[in-house]
Amino acid sequence: MTRRMKGEPHPLEGAEPAAANGLLHRRMFLRGGALFTGATALGGLASIVPASAATLPEWRTTPGRPFIGYGYPSAFEEPVKRLVTARAADYPTPGTGSSRTPLHLLEGIITPSGLHFERSHSGVPDIDPTRHQLVIHGLVRQPLIFDLDALARYPTVSRIHFIECAGNSGGGWGLNPPAGAVATMHGLLSCSDWAGVPLSYLLDEAGIDPKAKWILAEGGDAAGMSRSVPLSKCLDDAMVALYQNGERIRPEQGYPMRLLLPGWEGNMNVKWLSRIKLTEGPTHTKDETSKYSELMPDGKAMQFTFPMEVKSTITRPCETLNMRGPGYYEITGFAWSGNGKIKRVDVSADGGKTWAEAALADPVVTKALTRFRLGWQWDGRESILQSRAVDDTGAVQPTRESLVAEKGVKNAYHYNGITSWEVRESGLVKNVWA
Amino acid sequence: MSGHKVVLGGVAVAALLAAGTALAVDPPKMGRPAPADLVKLMDISIPPDGTGLPEGQATAKQGQTVFMERCAACHGERGEGKTNDRLAGGKGTLTEEVTVKTVGSYWPWATTLFDYIRRAMPYNTPLSLKDEEVYGTVAYVLFLNGIVGENDPINAQTLPKVQMPNRDGFINAWKEPAVATR
Ligand code: HEC
Repeated sequence: MTRRMKGEPHPLEGAEPAAANGLLHRRMFLRGGALFTGATALGGLASIVPASAATLPEWRTTPGRPFIGYGYPSAFEEPVKRLVTARAADYPTPGTGSSRTPLHLLEGIITPSGLHFERSHSGVPDIDPTRHQLVIHGLVRQPLIFDLDALARYPTVSRIHFIECAGNSGGGWGLNPPAGAVATMHGLLSCSDWAGVPLSYLLDEAGIDPKAKWILAEGGDAAGMSRSVPLSKCLDDAMVALYQNGERIRPEQGYPMRLLLPGWEGNMNVKWLSRIKLTEGPTHTKDETSKYSELMPDGKAMQFTFPMEVKSTITRPCETLNMRGPGYYEITGFAWSGNGKIKRVDVSADGGKTWAEAALADPVVTKALTRFRLGWQWDGRESILQSRAVDDTGAVQPTRESLVAEKGVKNAYHYNGITSWEVRESGLVKNVWA
Repeated sequence: MSGHKVVLGGVAVAALLAAGTALAVDPPKMGRPAPADLVKLMDISIPPDGTGLPEGQATAKQGQTVFMERCAACHGERGEGKTNDRLAGGKGTLTEEVTVKTVGSYWPWATTLFDYIRRAMPYNTPLSLKDEEVYGTVAYVLFLNGIVGENDPINAQTLPKVQMPNRDGFINAWKEPAVATR
């Protein structure tokens, strides 16, 4: 309910700024009780609550609806849904493409399963789990089949990890900043609590031939989407994931099983996983040559750039979530790295001239979205909000300028430059290159 | 070979570990042997050396008919692109202001074309083409890009030898971790 910004100034405890343009210290706390001042805290919704309520609402005087087997969000939350690109009704391949997670409307670090971004190459298959199996073959002692019953017998691991499409934020390579909420540019990003079987158990059981250095992982969808993965990753933290946020993986995410390669390009986390072949070298599939390779300014393409680099973005405020007058606001967003844990996030309100360290909300998990927050006393003047993440390998999120200087603008993938939200005096927020 | 032990329990194990005794068992072995015919049916990936390419062959001339019937509606009669990807042209544009990435201008390996068309195309009826028809459409797309002649037979021997124009355009960025992970 409090997703809208509140505009009222708040009494602040020892409110000395940590950086220019009103950024507050990360250990700044609002004075107790300040959040519970009724209509003020409800922000935009406050206007429809009568100042003095002479009548009680009808749900106080009428019993509610009975129990249901599977719950769904309040009807009032209808606008909170994935961004699906509109297409002509007769578009011949409606199952290709993506839908995006509405990052700006979410809190915490877990993406509700129904809002996890989608990216598929030939639609979402309706797989009967009793007829689905995973075949492991190639450079192994004994080719094996695993069905869901068999996989249920192994020790399970559960971990929180993000999945980010390698093409996420691809608009960053463009000449002009994409218009729209944070999800428009960065919404091919989600984070779930995944549970399943370590892939290493299954590979060991098949008996790895020492000549094997890679695998080919293939999906059971109509695209037979396939990617090559170094064996070392498969024996490290790779998982055959069966559960997402406590329930079976959603069809859009690979029901009944997907490969999970923590921190690596979303496309490699092969959904509807049905085959793994151990090989000496990479297979050079369409989606690791024609697509998901990074074309550099010299005309050469970087291939097999697997981990998603350190990155962050402010999700509130962002374009479409405009300011409602000067006063106190919480700046918040996500930071993440495919190479480890987030160590630090800095926030700037003056386009990167001065920075203040943001607070990181627990838990801070390796290769997972990390929630950061920082108080901001907006004085109503034009500001440019930025966030900059640092991971525990020491990698620092680059500015767009330095990223483009290094990688050019033809690379459609792996954009991790700093996002800039320009806050205008009118309160309008715009995505800008700064 | 089996490097992965399952550690049991919480507190009890900690106590045993403290006493210098590791308690570990092998994970269960629940996989069933995969029958050879199932593996053969599913094993459709083709690496650059062509291992696994099937018998049969076709020329671009033969493939043109199949392409017109099964592919042109989405990719254009000469692979110029329609509702879906452009398949031909764009050679020499990788460093130009307007870059056109196609099979001819960008793809490093010809085997990928056989692998991909067989597994995923035509979009609405994947795995419906006969092997000769796949070879034919592969030959036709290569011909449209000026890479093979109209009457060159494309088969398991010739396809891996096809030299793609951008063969040397890819740099392997993957570096194995210095320390073995187990
Ligand atoms: C109904 C439309 C449709 C038809 C018919 C069709 N394709 Fe496709 N083709 C697609 C789509 C969609 C993609 C991209 C799929 C994806 O997102 O991975 C594609 C991708 C391709 C690509 C990869 C392009 C690249 O540069 O990455 C090739 C090659 C291809 N098709 C060849 C063929 C051939 C050969 C046929 C005929 C046997 C065919 N297609 C028929 C829709 C179609």
